[in-house]
Amino acid sequence: MRRDIFQAIADPTRRAIIALIALQAMTPNAIAENFNTTRQAVSKHLRILTECALVKQEQQGREIYYTLEIEKMKEIDQWLEQFRKIWDTKFSQLDTLLVTLKKQKK
Amino acid sequence: MNSNLLFDFTVNKENKTIHITREFDAHLELVWAAWTTAELLDQWWGPKPWKAQTKTMDFREGGFWLYAMVGPEGEKHWSKCDYLSIENKRSITQKDCFCDENGTLNPAFSQSVWKNNFDQNGNKVRVDILITFDTLTDLEAIISMGFKEGMTIDFLQLDELLSATK
Repeated sequence: MRRDIFQAIADPTRRAIIALIALQAMTPNAIAENFNTTRQAVSKHLRILTECALVKQEQQGREIYYTLEIEKMKEIDQWLEQFRKIWDTKFSQLDTLLVTLKKQKK
Repeated sequence: MNSNLLFDFTVNKENKTIHITREFDAHLELVWAAWTTAELLDQWWGPKPWKAQTKTMDFREGGFWLYAMVGPEGEKHWSKCDYLSIENKRSITQKDCFCDENGTLNPAFSQSVWKNNFDQNGNKVRVDILITFDTLTDLEAIISMGFKEGMTIDFLQLDELLSATK
């Protein structure tokens, strides 16, 4: 199932999970201990985050650890930055136009 | 010249809004004209190398602006902006959507609502834009549809330039 990255971060629990595993790799049980929800609910969030490629699983011995895909998180920032720059470009163009209009008025 | 002008860009993912604030070094009359006159909008609304090209514009409540973003290869992406409410030289509320050249809405993308406020502040004008999206995916679509390729190349060059001058 294709999911998009913004769907992943739209949920407060998922954002909290991201914040947790940004610090260190954690097992699903250790993650679940931080929430009042059921283990199943946390598993569901982890599944969605995995499908969005925001987290990945690593097998260490008998345990599965979840880690954050930092590069994927950067995509969000880069993309937002791009949008900001588009506006910056437009506004600079408007600055130039306003200067021209002011001169014409004089 | 514009380095001392306020520019604020905040994305609120929970509310699916983008809040943009920018000051302009001009009088309200001019800034208002630049936002509400087709031949002026065509000169700045398209971020280089794209250019906005108005087909029709009827600036009044219930009216709309139909325009194309024209790319460097002549490719066109049509947009329509419906004016929901207008307070002269104070605010404009509008609904934006992608469409075809006849203004028929493209149902693949949902619309966004823009509230633009204009405030004279001394000899500067402060413009506040609050854009509300149905989903953040729509926001992503806006980029991939219109600006991405051309802009990315520009940004790469800019990034190179900036790192070279650091």
